[in-house]
Amino acid sequence: MEQHAQALMGGMWQQRLPNWRDLAAVILVLALLVALGTAARQMASPWVDQAHTISLSPGALPLYALRTTVRMLIALVASLLFSVIYATIAAKSARAEMVLIPLLDVLQSVPILGYLSFTVVFFIRLFPRSALGPECAAIFAIFTSQAWNMAFSFYQSLRTVPRDLQEASSALRFSSWQRFWRLEAPFAMPGLIWNMMMSMSGGWFFVVAAEAISVGDVSYTLPGVGSYVARAITQQSLTAIGWAILAMTVTIALYDQLLFRPMVVWAEKFRVEQTALAVVPWSPVLELFRHARLLQSLGAGLRAGVDSIMRARFSPSRPAWSWRPRLPRSVVDGLWYAAILCALGYSAASLVRFAGPTLNRADLASVLSAGGLTLLRVTVLIVLATLIWVPVGVAVGLRPKLVQTVQPVAQFLAAFPANLVFPVVVVLILRLHLNARIWLSPLMILGTQWYILFNVIAGASAFPGDLREAAGCFRIRGIRWWREVMLPGIFPYYVTGAITASGGAWNASIVAEAVSWGQIKLSAGGLGAYIAQMTDAGDYPRIALGIAVMSVLVIAMNRLLWRPLYRLSERRTRLD
Amino acid sequence: MDLRPSDPVLELCAVSMAFPKPSGEPLPVLAQVNISMREGEILGLLGRSGSGKSTLLRIAAGLIKPSAGEVRYHGAPLAGPSKGIAVVFQTFALFPWLTVLENVEAGLDALALPRPESRRRALAAIDLIGLDGFQSAYPRELSGGMRQRVGFARAIVTEPTALLMDEPFSALDVLTAETLRTDFLDLWTGQQLSTRAALLVTHNIEEAVLMCDRIVVLASNPAHIAAEVPVSLARPRDRLEEAFRGIVDQIYSILTSRSLESIGAQRQLRGGAALPRVSVNQISGLIEKFAAAPYDGHAELATVATQLALQSDELFPTAEALHMLAFAEIKQNALRLTAAGRIYAQSDTEARKRLFREHLLQFVPLAAHIHRVLEEREDHQAPRLRFETELEDHLTRQDAERTLRVVTGWGRYAELFSYDDRTRRFAVPV
Repeated sequence: MEQHAQALMGGMWQQRLPNWRDLAAVILVLALLVALGTAARQMASPWVDQAHTISLSPGALPLYALRTTVRMLIALVASLLFSVIYATIAAKSARAEMVLIPLLDVLQSVPILGYLSFTVVFFIRLFPRSALGPECAAIFAIFTSQAWNMAFSFYQSLRTVPRDLQEASSALRFSSWQRFWRLEAPFAMPGLIWNMMMSMSGGWFFVVAAEAISVGDVSYTLPGVGSYVARAITQQSLTAIGWAILAMTVTIALYDQLLFRPMVVWAEKFRVEQTALAVVPWSPVLELFRHARLLQSLGAGLRAGVDSIMRARFSPSRPAWSWRPRLPRSVVDGLWYAAILCALGYSAASLVRFAGPTLNRADLASVLSAGGLTLLRVTVLIVLATLIWVPVGVAVGLRPKLVQTVQPVAQFLAAFPANLVFPVVVVLILRLHLNARIWLSPLMILGTQWYILFNVIAGASAFPGDLREAAGCFRIRGIRWWREVMLPGIFPYYVTGAITASGGAWNASIVAEAVSWGQIKLSAGGLGAYIAQMTDAGDYPRIALGIAVMSVLVIAMNRLLWRPLYRLSERRTRLD
Repeated sequence: MDLRPSDPVLELCAVSMAFPKPSGEPLPVLAQVNISMREGEILGLLGRSGSGKSTLLRIAAGLIKPSAGEVRYHGAPLAGPSKGIAVVFQTFALFPWLTVLENVEAGLDALALPRPESRRRALAAIDLIGLDGFQSAYPRELSGGMRQRVGFARAIVTEPTALLMDEPFSALDVLTAETLRTDFLDLWTGQQLSTRAALLVTHNIEEAVLMCDRIVVLASNPAHIAAEVPVSLARPRDRLEEAFRGIVDQIYSILTSRSLESIGAQRQLRGGAALPRVSVNQISGLIEKFAAAPYDGHAELATVATQLALQSDELFPTAEALHMLAFAEIKQNALRLTAAGRIYAQSDTEARKRLFREHLLQFVPLAAHIHRVLEEREDHQAPRLRFETELEDHLTRQDAERTLRVVTGWGRYAELFSYDDRTRRFAVPV
């Protein structure tokens, strides 16, 4: 009926007339295209090491920020493709799953700079004399900080697609392609976007570290915010650090507004739960595009094209039962197990051959004690962050008005690369003659403590109102209120936040335990400092040892502490 | 519509289904079921929850492969979901991210039609099913009834020959369900559908009699056909008409006699059979209702169901539990309280618990078994897993789990044993 009325009023014609929003939207799109083009041209240019040409003038920062951002974007797209393919294979084949999912667990626990030290040479050889080599190495490093949790999220979504929708898709005889676009991709979308945002934070942290890297005698510097900061550190310029922090703040805010906000709002429609949200996300940019008439009618054509690709069949519908004769299951399984064992054995043997001759017992002992020190730091820091942020988070979460203002700030702080602030802390330590072994430690959790805060806020604001009222009626107060009412209620949220915070702290230890200011180098000891030091020296066997020990510690902590806690929280807070 | 019986559209031939037990032997859940959907009829598949009727529908739709036997569609064996067979789901199974129009069009995706053609057909289906004006709405904006209309539109848009409906009205409120039934019957009798045969899976006896031309009654453990009841009443049918009530009563008596049989089987299996999924509150509630006026300890099940607005799948398990616990006796179509049942109705909580405890020990072998094991053990404890494994020799994992839940609830009420979910252990209460 609406359509009839519009047709009568000439609505069809009016729809095609551009409005002011079109102008704004077109300018936005063009500006983005020009920016991307500029950055891409520079990336493919011949290689000139920029170590001494990085300018500390604030005027150079916008271009540096752009280059850094484009690296992030490329890595994000790569992570997305990787996640979809990897997770789909893992979810569709039980045999692949057996290998891929534990592998993902390990990949996730390897400190990100570990990948960098081993791949840098490869990428530089791949594109000799072109800037593409170091660019690829940096992008790959960012990719490794983003891909794993996205892949994991996609895999989990694929495994939890509601049964009735799966059955409906089979009954409607979707082909695998249609099933992916109609069912699996939309269902996984909210989780994937949330994890992309998380990945982004990790990415910012390491893009800064990956732009100016030296592994033994290989070193390169790419123009970007990271190398700007590195240069500012060698020049001991606090002013330049200040400018970098400002530039990063603006960049992250823009990124959020232009990319993630619109995506989050758009992904709203993919939520399966039919309940209303407490805070409805809103994006001015998406609104702009949705109301730009000319772009909408142009976009309709595009959308129809995409839609027809998504609806194409490409393959016959999957027969539910296949009648093909095949080898008995046990035989195939046996062969598969044998293949896995062979691959494992071969890897272990080549590792020993590679690292064995140079390493001895003393190495192992020093790495283990360094690991112990870092473990102690992470534990103490998580406990401290918990003691501070849980009460704050609950206090905020129970006041809806405060949530509206505090929650975005906490999320912003989580996304902000904390290593930009490191030099400020280092200068303080130097001026006040503090003990580096103690005072460098907080840097490890500087960036990731916010996950505890905003998860607790989310938990407290989702706390059922009737339970709070019941607690009020029975006058449950003080310690008992915390122990019996609030803490059990926010526990699952807290665990989620603490897992992220602890994983991030391990990762950050490489950057946080060994810092420098001009010629002065501060080291806090610990596994992170060990890996950083060996990377500097280009001592590959010891880098490998350090990384292996860190992976084992992270996996052990996840398996022995966080996962049982997570299962407990799931079991105890359920009511069915 | 031509009601002459002819070649079946869709046929289940000697279909069986079995799952492996922990020991590796097969545990049958469907035994040799033969069902044929004939041209021009709505076939009802009536049974309790857990009687395997949804599994049968999924086998007929090609969604599940039977362990033995085959499905024939127009005489040819079926190997998976096929063109011409459409399913309507109990939970609607709509894609939340697609609008009503897109959801209906999704039904045509498999045909790879040109865009204008699929749009035209989707709009026609939407029009037919009474969804006009809702095209651009998302499922979350719709009421349950409207959602199920989308489910119907998505099914009929493919112009299926066979329409399979899995409890399509059971997630709706009473009034909405009745409207949807009437609308569907109008389309069916008005010959506005291309569908030649329909299958309606339901646990609602009146719904089956209202809609179907023939009703197959399923009995469980393993599921098999207990009876086949033709319904040759003219449409539209009147629920209050004598012939209608007669068929409803007939089905009630079939189901009651099945109940008695299953209780007999329970006794024979000495604790290895499924218990009806009934809580102590439901048991007490029904005893109190029966003890009070106007029943005074005796009533026909069909009457009680109507007067108390109970679904047959709520009433039968409770009645069975009463019979099993010897608080009442099922005879023909009626339930009569025993002396113990009358005493129970008049007792206070403590006395009820004592009585329940005695009857539990005497008449429910599984409860007695758990009690005995706990008494024999020195620490008076036993892991739940032990009983679970024992039960899985006779029941599917799901049924074993449910049965243990039921007996845990009864045992806790009777203070016969206690159960700690954290340690997953039964113990003698202190």
